[in-house]
Amino acid sequence: MDPECSRLLPALCAVLADPRQPVADDTCLEKLLDWFKKVTEAESSLLLLQENPCLVELLSHVLRPQDVSPRVLSFSLRLAGTFAAQEDCFQYLQQGDLLLGLFGEAGTLGWAAWNVPTVRSGWIQGLSSLAQHPSALHFLADSGAVDTVFSLQGDPSLFVASAASQLLVHILALSMHGEAVEHHSPQGSAWPTCAQKIVGHVEESLRSTAAPQVTQALNVLTTTFGRCHSPWTEVLWEQLSPLVACLLERDPIPAGHSLVDLLLSVARSPVFSSADCGLWETVAQTLSRLSPTQAGPLALGTLKLQHCPQALRTQAFGILLQPLACVLKATTQAPTSPGLLDGTLGGSMTVDALLSSKSACAGLLCQTLAQLEELHPLPHRPSPWPQASLLEAVVTILQLCDGSAAPGSSVGGRLCGTLAGCVRVQRAALDFLGTLSQGTSPQELVPQVFAVLLEYLESPDSSPTVLKKAFQATLGWLLSSPKTPGCSDFGPHIPLFLGELFPVLQKRLCSPCWEVRDSALEFFTNLSRHWGGQADFRQALFSSEAPTLTQQLLRDPESYVRASAVTAMAQLSSQGLHATLASPEHPEAEQGLLREFLNILSADSEGFPRRAVVQVFTQWLRDGHAEVARDTEQFVATVLQVVSQDLDWEVRVQGLELAQVFLTQKLGQPGHCPYTVALPEAPLPRLRPEVLRTLCQPWLLEFAFRALFDCDRPVAQKACNLLLFLRDKTAPYAGTQETGDSPHLDSMEAALQRWQAGEQGQPLGDPEPEAMLAVLRSLDLEGLQGRLAESSDHVEKSPQSLLQDMLATVDILEENEADCY
Amino acid sequence: MKLYCLSGHPTLPCNVLKFKSTTIMLDCGLDMTSTLNFLPLPLVQSPRLSNLPGWSLKDGNAFLDKELKECSGHVFVDSVPEFCLPETELIDLSTVDVILISNYHCMMALPYITEHTGFTGTVYATEPTVQIGRLLMEELVNFIERVPKAQSASLWKNKDIQRLLPSPLKDAVEVSTWRRCYTMQEVNSALSKIQLVGYSQKIELFGAVQVTPLSSGYALGSSNWIIQSHYEKVSYVSGSSLLTTHPQPMDQASLKNSDVLVLTGLTQIPTANPDGMVGEFCSNLALTVRNGGNVLVPCYPSGVIYDLLECLYQYIDSAGLSNIPFYFISPVANSSLEFSQIFAEWLCHNKQSKVYLPEPPFPHAELIQTNKLKHYPSIHGDFSNDFRQPCVVFTGHPSLRFGDVVHFMELWGKSSLNTVIFTEPDFSYLEALAPYQPLAMKCIYCPIDTRLNFIQVSKLLKEVQPLHVVCPEQYTQPPPAQSHRMDLMIDCQPPAMSYRRADVLALPFKRRYEKIEIMPELADSLVPMEIKPGISLATVSAVLHTKDNKHVLQPPPRPAQPTSGKKRKQRVSEDVPDCQVLKPLLSGSIPVEQFVQTLEKHGFSDIKVEDTAKGHIVLLQEAETLIQIEEDSTHIICDNDEMLRVRLRDLVLKFLQKF
Repeated sequence: MDPECSRLLPALCAVLADPRQPVADDTCLEKLLDWFKKVTEAESSLLLLQENPCLVELLSHVLRPQDVSPRVLSFSLRLAGTFAAQEDCFQYLQQGDLLLGLFGEAGTLGWAAWNVPTVRSGWIQGLSSLAQHPSALHFLADSGAVDTVFSLQGDPSLFVASAASQLLVHILALSMHGEAVEHHSPQGSAWPTCAQKIVGHVEESLRSTAAPQVTQALNVLTTTFGRCHSPWTEVLWEQLSPLVACLLERDPIPAGHSLVDLLLSVARSPVFSSADCGLWETVAQTLSRLSPTQAGPLALGTLKLQHCPQALRTQAFGILLQPLACVLKATTQAPTSPGLLDGTLGGSMTVDALLSSKSACAGLLCQTLAQLEELHPLPHRPSPWPQASLLEAVVTILQLCDGSAAPGSSVGGRLCGTLAGCVRVQRAALDFLGTLSQGTSPQELVPQVFAVLLEYLESPDSSPTVLKKAFQATLGWLLSSPKTPGCSDFGPHIPLFLGELFPVLQKRLCSPCWEVRDSALEFFTNLSRHWGGQADFRQALFSSEAPTLTQQLLRDPESYVRASAVTAMAQLSSQGLHATLASPEHPEAEQGLLREFLNILSADSEGFPRRAVVQVFTQWLRDGHAEVARDTEQFVATVLQVVSQDLDWEVRVQGLELAQVFLTQKLGQPGHCPYTVALPEAPLPRLRPEVLRTLCQPWLLEFAFRALFDCDRPVAQKACNLLLFLRDKTAPYAGTQETGDSPHLDSMEAALQRWQAGEQGQPLGDPEPEAMLAVLRSLDLEGLQGRLAESSDHVEKSPQSLLQDMLATVDILEENEADCY
Repeated sequence: MKLYCLSGHPTLPCNVLKFKSTTIMLDCGLDMTSTLNFLPLPLVQSPRLSNLPGWSLKDGNAFLDKELKECSGHVFVDSVPEFCLPETELIDLSTVDVILISNYHCMMALPYITEHTGFTGTVYATEPTVQIGRLLMEELVNFIERVPKAQSASLWKNKDIQRLLPSPLKDAVEVSTWRRCYTMQEVNSALSKIQLVGYSQKIELFGAVQVTPLSSGYALGSSNWIIQSHYEKVSYVSGSSLLTTHPQPMDQASLKNSDVLVLTGLTQIPTANPDGMVGEFCSNLALTVRNGGNVLVPCYPSGVIYDLLECLYQYIDSAGLSNIPFYFISPVANSSLEFSQIFAEWLCHNKQSKVYLPEPPFPHAELIQTNKLKHYPSIHGDFSNDFRQPCVVFTGHPSLRFGDVVHFMELWGKSSLNTVIFTEPDFSYLEALAPYQPLAMKCIYCPIDTRLNFIQVSKLLKEVQPLHVVCPEQYTQPPPAQSHRMDLMIDCQPPAMSYRRADVLALPFKRRYEKIEIMPELADSLVPMEIKPGISLATVSAVLHTKDNKHVLQPPPRPAQPTSGKKRKQRVSEDVPDCQVLKPLLSGSIPVEQFVQTLEKHGFSDIKVEDTAKGHIVLLQEAETLIQIEEDSTHIICDNDEMLRVRLRDLVLKFLQKF
């Protein structure tokens, strides 16, 4: 330990032990504990305690409970656990009966402070840290701690209850650790006493009729199988699986969710990958017995397993498909397509669940749709994948939700009533519909998909969030729709759909709800990005008002919308889709757009539109947009001038990105890619003076230098990197022409110093490029880069500072107290 | 208790409730959908309308061609529009004691009832209801009277002829009772019979019942009514809304514990969400105007228009529509806009608090100040000077059959740049547009109906828990166009009782109790006896005095000495009954087994007990005697053995308490 810290420690321990000096901040204690953990990892705890007797004093002090606040008590318990994790230190603390006093039945447990959850939590965490060696096991057995942990499993504080379960697993694993090494998977009766006790408790809980007890036992087992992958876990499962199977006989099945978690945890354990231990039968039985809502996660988990009998996979998939099959069955008169309805087992249970209440119906459908969505992209998803039926089902659900379905059966009628206007299901269904676009769908279903999407886009009742999902799904389907082979244009559906889409899009762009305008713009931008070159799309776009409306939205009162409009207009302009640009007789339109963007950049009161503009400009520069290419230097100069005045640091960072792109284009790629084969270095071509002059334009360097001393760290970092790049690139040139001291250089350095001191007023003047480069070289950019890379609180994070702070806080608290009187 | 249903229109109800000797009319809505069968009344001579071909029968018989005209496949009556009145034959309307009005849309038939049926009672309504109701009537009369029409068609109404007509004329109901619009004089006379009331004010009707208006949240001054006696409560819910718009929020709590809840005036468009529709309205308006087109909004001069103007107030700047003029044209436009600002106490909390700032509660005041909204009594006069296009025009009537809207339909109908946006839900927009076909103008249907939808109704019913619900038959089944939507109907237990036009419902609850007051001196004389812990009884002898539906027990006069038999007989027939010597009253029940044991103890043998449906029969075979024990009576049947009977009676009495 740092001697300075050692010096501060006694004072701190005294403060902690003094109940009249309350510790102001819990996080200090957490940090202190973290630090002690780090220290004990590096050096011997025993030595630490011997060198700093104040620590043992603190621990002994808390044994007098009336004098200690619960948080200090909790801290001390955890601290003691941390020290006792090392066996020699454990022995040392044991000698003074300190551990028994803290963790034994005569200790903390009897105090009034035990009622405070923090203390119970500290007790458990202390024991968890301590339980690392055989001596600890004996201690746990002798002190009766394990029984206390059993009772804490049902603690009213969830944190404590969960920690208690974890601790049991930890003790079980620890006690089995030595055994497993010595004998290969001994039978349960030969297990150490401690392990037998825990397993006995779990067995008893599994037999209990009280659901919370069963849940606790299942949670312990779930964690055990999740964490321990030694052969003894197989023995454990063999011993306990009959009890687990018995749970399935009960009605209702207790703790369904925990049971699912356990089965999945066992199934995922590598120990069981090859063993045939009745697991799959139990899973199959559970799948058929649980309610559809509870069985869903188990089915999904089973399908995600790599190794699993095909029959079980089929059953699990059937369970997942069940709700959708029910929906299809209830809404169609004709016998439905095969694939979805094969596994109709337990269908009545699903129908009951769907019809029992609005929330149950929405819950089950949302869960099912989300699970299928999760399954869809997996490489080992069930095969054959019933794409057509799924599509039909999800379209039907969407129709039920907007009231456009006309089901024949009474179940369908009730579903329609239950689902009408249900936003949750609409969102889930649209998400899944979007996912289904990534697959081969039967051509005859595609028009239905587009029809239902159009219904949602058009409906005045679609909420903004539903509409956003509808736009996303539409984009997915449009982009994935197959193109006619050998022809750049689309199949038969798309032009028709586009004809109907644009009026809807126009309406949405005029919506009084800004979220709707925003998502409509986003959709429009994405669509133009992908399809800007397609003739059908261009035709539909030009015959609509969408570009004009988009341009009007540049002056929207909502800043997010203005930002999206900027991106959309930039996209249109890049692809020549800007309304007036299409006609060659209006070349000024494009300039108008550039002016409008510059205007937004300099005048908009909100950051988002300004950030969007700089991003667009950077992209235009990268792409060599016509407007930029006309006079790149002038363009970059103008933009950077405006950006340098901006108050938003993200805009300034973006400005530096623009500068970087500009420099890269002039000088070539920065650095070398570490993965490319290094070619023998060709002698660097000398930079031509005019290029150098361009690079060392005062506006560019002044911008970069000012940014270097920016009060926002990301800006400074970016500027530093930019200047490093420039310095590296110009290094060969500089070597030949050393300028030495010049008046320019002096004045520049003076200006930089003032900037660094925070005086930004002084301009750089108009120095020679050589002077610029000299300054560049004279700066310790690497050092600066290192300093900037450190987090801003690196000084404050040292343990010494922590200790000082804690002591100082106490002083202040004392002062305040004095003031009061 | 009976309910007479005089209107078949669920949102324009007219019911009569007979309750405890009072006859109360609940609303008198006027079904104006009948006007859709008539040709529009153009303000300016319209060559198109006047040159429509006359309609002739299939066989070429053209005797109706003066009365019926054909337009784009539809047949219209070329006459002054007529309205379908509430049923007047079902009950003698002169016996109606009071009329309770729930909102200004539900009082449009008032002049027909108060002026032509011998009605002599009082009408109760809140102040905004009366004032805005007057505006609606004034506008209606004005729209119709300013386009005088010489012709009044009646031939087509002949039942034999009507059968030959095409739909929908063929199916029109009660055409013989359709009437032309009332006059302003009748309106004034009808409104003079109204007495103003405030929310939660209790109004006594003949001492028998008390009526109270409650805020219903639908429109300025709109109310639901509670009609209650001491032991019965009937709630009348009509046109209520739970949405936050301009009126005071709905008072639901006071509707609790009703015996009967009459539920009318739910939303006419249960599938449309008003918020979505307002969004749709704004988007379409902006799209049209940006393209250089005009927007026509057929509307009533009060109600949703206030909310629309408020939405537009927030929207126009953001949509870049600040320079577009908004015109509101109605003979009562000015009064409507001004009235809305002065009824602060009837507004929602937000708007009320503005008045204290002080600011006008509705932002349309600012629209008017900044000249963005202009209002005119009609298209003639100042409007024609100021008129600038593209623009947005709000004007009536939503049926498109009369009012300034007819002119704009004729003017703008030919251009596809223009849009007509329907926001009022009362008329089918396709039927409203029928006489203007073919139409190039775009039509948008955004019905904004803020009244309760079925989800809200089911929540409301769950909360207020009425014993019985009565509603129009339309609410007990899904709408015909969406027969599978089982959620679009009232679902309650026990199922709602439904009514249709001209039904008479006997409401399913019996009056059991009546409150009677006891005079203090009589109460003083009572001697209660505790028969069970907490329950005391006393016998009362008194004179029941009933006047003005109030019942009072008064002490009986001292028993007069009987003078002669003749005189005594005379007294009996008078109001004060004779007081006889009091016999003790009995209470309790007879435990059969113990009774039999007692009988045996007293020497009776050969006793048989038979169970009957109502109790037991104890058979004393030897004595040939029957003792019939039932819940509320005991009979001893023995032949002429009075001694035995008295003995048995005394044994029976031993088991009973006396007081």
